[in-house]
Amino acid sequence: MTARERIAGNVANYVDERTGAAAWMKKNLNKVFPDHWSFLLGEIALYSFIILLLSGTFLTFWFDPSQREVVYEGSYQPLAGLEMSAAYASTLHISFEVRGGLLMRQIHHWAALFFMVAIVVHLMRVYFTGAFRKPREFNWIIGVGLLTLGIVEGFLGYSLPDDLLSGTGIRIAEAIIQAIPVVGTYLAFFAFGGAFPGEAFIPRIFIVHVLILPAIFLALITVHLMLVWYQKHTQYPGPGRTEKNVVGYPLLPVYMAKAGGFFFVVFGVTTFIAAVASINPIWLYGPYTPGQISAGSQPDWYMGWLDGLVRMSPPIETYLFGYTISWNILIPGLIIPGLMFTGLALYPFIESWITGDKREHHLLDRPRNAPNRTAIGAMALTFTLVALINGGNDIIAQQFHLSINQIMWFSRIGIIVLPPIAFVITKRICISLQRADRELVLHGKETGRLVRLPHGEFVEIHEELTPEKKWLLTSHEQNGPLELPEIDKAGVRRTDAIRNKLRSRMSAANAEVAPKVTSKDLNEIEHH
Amino acid sequence: MSNELESISDPGIPPHVHRKADEDPIAAKRAERQVAILFSLSALGTLLFIFSYIAIPDDLFVFLPIMGNTNAHQLFLGLGLAFSLFFIGMGAIHWAKTLMPDNEVTVERHEFRSSDEDRKEFVKTAKDGAAAAGLGRRSLIKRSLGLSLGLVGLSPLLLLRDLGPLPEDSLTKTSWKAGTRLVTDPGDRPIKPEDLEVGAVAQVLPELAPGKDHHTLSDIAKDAVLLIRLRPEEFNLDAERLSWTHEGIIAFSKICSHMGCAVALYEQQTKHLLCPCHQSTFDVTRAAKVLFGPAARPLPQLALALDSEGYLIAKQPFTEPVGPSFWERSS
Repeated sequence: MTARERIAGNVANYVDERTGAAAWMKKNLNKVFPDHWSFLLGEIALYSFIILLLSGTFLTFWFDPSQREVVYEGSYQPLAGLEMSAAYASTLHISFEVRGGLLMRQIHHWAALFFMVAIVVHLMRVYFTGAFRKPREFNWIIGVGLLTLGIVEGFLGYSLPDDLLSGTGIRIAEAIIQAIPVVGTYLAFFAFGGAFPGEAFIPRIFIVHVLILPAIFLALITVHLMLVWYQKHTQYPGPGRTEKNVVGYPLLPVYMAKAGGFFFVVFGVTTFIAAVASINPIWLYGPYTPGQISAGSQPDWYMGWLDGLVRMSPPIETYLFGYTISWNILIPGLIIPGLMFTGLALYPFIESWITGDKREHHLLDRPRNAPNRTAIGAMALTFTLVALINGGNDIIAQQFHLSINQIMWFSRIGIIVLPPIAFVITKRICISLQRADRELVLHGKETGRLVRLPHGEFVEIHEELTPEKKWLLTSHEQNGPLELPEIDKAGVRRTDAIRNKLRSRMSAANAEVAPKVTSKDLNEIEHH
Repeated sequence: MSNELESISDPGIPPHVHRKADEDPIAAKRAERQVAILFSLSALGTLLFIFSYIAIPDDLFVFLPIMGNTNAHQLFLGLGLAFSLFFIGMGAIHWAKTLMPDNEVTVERHEFRSSDEDRKEFVKTAKDGAAAAGLGRRSLIKRSLGLSLGLVGLSPLLLLRDLGPLPEDSLTKTSWKAGTRLVTDPGDRPIKPEDLEVGAVAQVLPELAPGKDHHTLSDIAKDAVLLIRLRPEEFNLDAERLSWTHEGIIAFSKICSHMGCAVALYEQQTKHLLCPCHQSTFDVTRAAKVLFGPAARPLPQLALALDSEGYLIAKQPFTEPVGPSFWERSS
């Protein structure tokens, strides 16, 4: 035994005698993780979060979360002598005087954008592959929670510098709070410590941004990862992969090296972009004052859809008994987002209600093999995308020399018309792809090689698929629709007839597929 | 529709294919060198980082294609840090992919459901616990506990009361009163009609009350007013609103009636005011009537007059609350 081994042994013994960690470590160091590029999306979100914690902590050393009025005396000449809040002045100080400060600010902002991109794309991966199904519904809901909090956290973050752009965002948030019936005005006054803008909101959103929300994030991310660990990762279908096993690489050493390395890659790429690409140049916007604004005011991308909904809203307000209800703010600002996120969170339960499927699922679906789910996803994305496009309607109008009114009307009509169209088209594409799979399994791959038969006929050689490929294209389940009775045994209409009818119909729509190839089909082909 | 019997059979995990470095010691040695080079590139990145920190002055600018002029200090600091991090990652990943064992491992999954026995015992333990505490029997305790917990929950709400004052009438009042002079923002200079040419726009605030040395942001958020001068015949107003203008000068609250942004874009040709936040468009000639966009109400108009010295003043306060809607607003 070398000296090094002896020391390591002694340390391990010391820890184990006090914690009994060896038994747990033995089992978990060999934990198997399936390998696929799409499983890295959640990792990017996690690593971006760590980058945010590191860069954010750096920024707090100089940032002064206060709306105390100061006169700027820093090195950025265009703003010299101007009155501004201490928050804005200290952000300028970080950008111009703290060495590496601007770099850290840009790392922080870019990492926040990537964090949200990674969450959304990860969510799309989980959705379109059906990874949210039993037993992973809890983790789906935690994920939706993280997405929601991420939007809020990002918004609070870019509000902190108290520049002209961020103050405008806060003003809009205040108007949304104020529009809530009955209690809105009071809520706004409590949140802002009086009439807008007051002098309270920067210190308040600062503590929410740096302490309260990150603590909730840490807790939720921990549970999210523990559940992934405990429930074992899902895997894509393929030869040798079943609902009962996990095929992949052990944590030690391969996965640890790859995941650890990937953290540094994400950090490196984020830093590279932060080094070369300026973001949120707050010194160009100037300090916030409610009487001014810059043209082309835009939120960060993950808020853009919300702003787009607000922009396209028709101008409807109701005045009743001396009170005002601002539908033009409530519907796009609170009601539609509320419905969207509730629907998102409940989707696993809705799907399992429609299919009647209560079994565990660890093998992922190829999106084409769940046409209804994929089409619903495409519909939701289309809705959000139209809203997002409208959120940039002024920029688009300027860049493409269109009128804002045209884009607004396109969005107003498109947000209602386009999602159903996306649903139908996506579903048809999925079923066509299933048919193409069927064709491939039955008749093989077209090789492009033409052969002339002795009697003069030309035929194309089809190459038979490997057994692995055939298995991949046929191993998915195809379950028929639920058939729920509307009339009971005695011939009387059941009390739940309407619900059963609805459920049967949705189930039938859900079960619409191109039948997959069975061994019987293959046998028939062979005997031809 | 289909069942297990009809499915074609699972060919099983394909045989493991060895990598070059698994069989060829020269390839393995090459891979090792590649990993070492990647790690060394990271070290070079850190050296660049240290060099930039010490040697590149923070007022040096270099030109980057597309990005424009960029601060060299921050740029090279960032590039150094980016390379030092990126190549550590690439080295580790290359190491894992070429040299660490790449045998796929299969392990079994287990059902999450507890055994029936465990479930039964759990229910029994929970029931026993509840019975031992006597919650079911002692309803007096249960109810009084519920009451006290509910009341304790109120105290944080009470403590949060001082987060802010009650709104009272502060949303319906501005600093504009009958006779308040209009002053320039910035500059705080009173304005005469001849200061404003036809077609011109100016942002104004109410003259500071005696004893106040500057406008607070909360004041500006309600008081900001936009002054626009047209030719008098261009107006299309009723008699009352026309009397609120002065020699073609008309004044509107600058705070958008939709969500409170500053309505700052004025199109001289069309005489439209546009809010850059949500593109609500108001027609200046028709008392800021909403032409387009989500705003439901016109911008409140401020009645203008002249004082004895010929300066523009407010004839009366705003006749309706300025800014975004709120519940207690009556119209």
